[in-house]
Amino acid sequence: MRKSLHPVVMIALVAAVTLAGRALPTWTLSLATIAASNALIALGIVVLARTGNVSFGQGLFFAAGGYGVALIANAWGLTDAVAQVIVGALCGGLLGLVVGPLIARYSGIFFGMLTLALSMVFYGALVKSTALGGSDGFNVGRPSLFGMSFTDPREADYMLYAISVIVTGFAGIAATILFRSEFGLASLAVRENNLRVEYLGLSANRIISINFLIAAIFAGASGAFALMAQRHIDPQFAYWTTSGEFVFVAVLAGNQSVAAVFVASMALELVRSFSNLYLPNTWQLVLGVFLLGVILFLPRGIGSLWIRDRRKRRISTTAHLTVERGAAP
Amino acid sequence: MNPVLSVRRLEKRFGAVVAADALTLDIPAGQKISLIGANGAGKTTFVNMVTGYLKPDSGTILLDGMDIGRHSPRSVARLGISRSFQIPQLFVELTAAENLTVAISGIGTRMSLRAPAETQGRRDKAVELLERFGLADLADRPISELAGGVRKLIDIAMALVRRPKLLLLDEPTSGVSAEEKFATMDRVIHAVAPEAATIVFVEHDMEIVSRYADRVVAFYQGRVLADGVPAEVLNNQEVRRYVTGGVR
Repeated sequence: MRKSLHPVVMIALVAAVTLAGRALPTWTLSLATIAASNALIALGIVVLARTGNVSFGQGLFFAAGGYGVALIANAWGLTDAVAQVIVGALCGGLLGLVVGPLIARYSGIFFGMLTLALSMVFYGALVKSTALGGSDGFNVGRPSLFGMSFTDPREADYMLYAISVIVTGFAGIAATILFRSEFGLASLAVRENNLRVEYLGLSANRIISINFLIAAIFAGASGAFALMAQRHIDPQFAYWTTSGEFVFVAVLAGNQSVAAVFVASMALELVRSFSNLYLPNTWQLVLGVFLLGVILFLPRGIGSLWIRDRRKRRISTTAHLTVERGAAP
Repeated sequence: MNPVLSVRRLEKRFGAVVAADALTLDIPAGQKISLIGANGAGKTTFVNMVTGYLKPDSGTILLDGMDIGRHSPRSVARLGISRSFQIPQLFVELTAAENLTVAISGIGTRMSLRAPAETQGRRDKAVELLERFGLADLADRPISELAGGVRKLIDIAMALVRRPKLLLLDEPTSGVSAEEKFATMDRVIHAVAPEAATIVFVEHDMEIVSRYADRVVAFYQGRVLADGVPAEVLNNQEVRRYVTGGVR
């Protein structure tokens, strides 16, 4: 089993990255906030992908979180950023609790297409709903933190950056613990052979449903971040291209490392920003070439850059021991 | 001796093909029983129905008196029936020890989302199981790097984790060379012995059957053609005609 950083070291890293935001230029704060938010939802996709299922419709939970927060903020005046993240996660989670068990019995392309279909049904309903602003959506107020309002744009950006880094960082720590747990190993087993998992007395559907719920919670919280960053919500949150972007990050990252999700999300935002700046008419082409490059040279994702070596080392050590003891290799 | 498994008038059809035709059979505790029959005779269908993968069209399957005919594979496994497969069903990207760790994790009622999968206790248990099959050296090797015969043994080791009352082995020596087949079966019998499980094994090799089985049940077109001690069944004229083709 792979070793990873101790949770205390990971907490220290999250604190360091949060404090480092003080020294970052303002433009990078919003970039990093978006990257952290996207990393959170992509992390959920990676959690789910460990069971062998990819959701092409995480926009459903992303939008559920965003709309849930926006409606409560406008109706009850809930502006606290931490409360909004919690509400977003709850909205995504509640929807995930309903949808997860229903689609857990499907796998592969059927699973992916069902999630996509559900998100597009939700998108259609949002577009047609005049009470929710139809295709234009609606605006929400500036978020506050523990009663403090931020009128200085840099301070407001830093507050959002700090919260997104802390929440995403802790989600990453939780995912690391989950990946190493009994449940995490059983999730990998489901991906490999769900029939055998059933014959061992475990429920593959239950394992998939719980992973789905975790992914939905992460997506809902991410929707809340996106809402706070834009202070506007519209049905685009649930559109398939939005979901596709999150899958893009997950594919870049691979499913072997939590850290890879953050690296992939940040790399994607940097490539997108710089290609948009220097090649405004062909930035999608640059993104496509970037993804192709990763798929060709790192088919198991960016995480394989450091995970692959560790695994090779372990295997070569075992082989060495086997030969020494005179057994067949 | 009380039967651990009783099957009564079991019926299963796949269109026009009759896989189980009023099949009635008792499996007493503690025996090693071999199921023989030509391809399509209904042996694997029988195993699949007993383990909950297929539901019978009619009839009952009683495990210690409880009807399990409509139970899922998960429920059947929890009640004490384990199986191995003709083609080993393993988690090929995981190591041998990790495969067994998944099986060991499944014994409890709830899996932890926090507790590490690989504890010293689980590791020791996994290695002890592999040791019984002479495979402890391969504990940290991914399944994808292991030979077919070794996979077969790990598949059986996985089935033993729950200490089953009834162990069903689907062709444990298929794909194993003629020189290795007795050694492989010796390993299996030796490894299973501490569990004192009742063993039912599907087998095509009559040398294996006559050497290891206490009792032989011959299937033909979903029915029991003959049932008794190996010498008696393997010399049965109908068995020689429809199952073994005169080969002993």
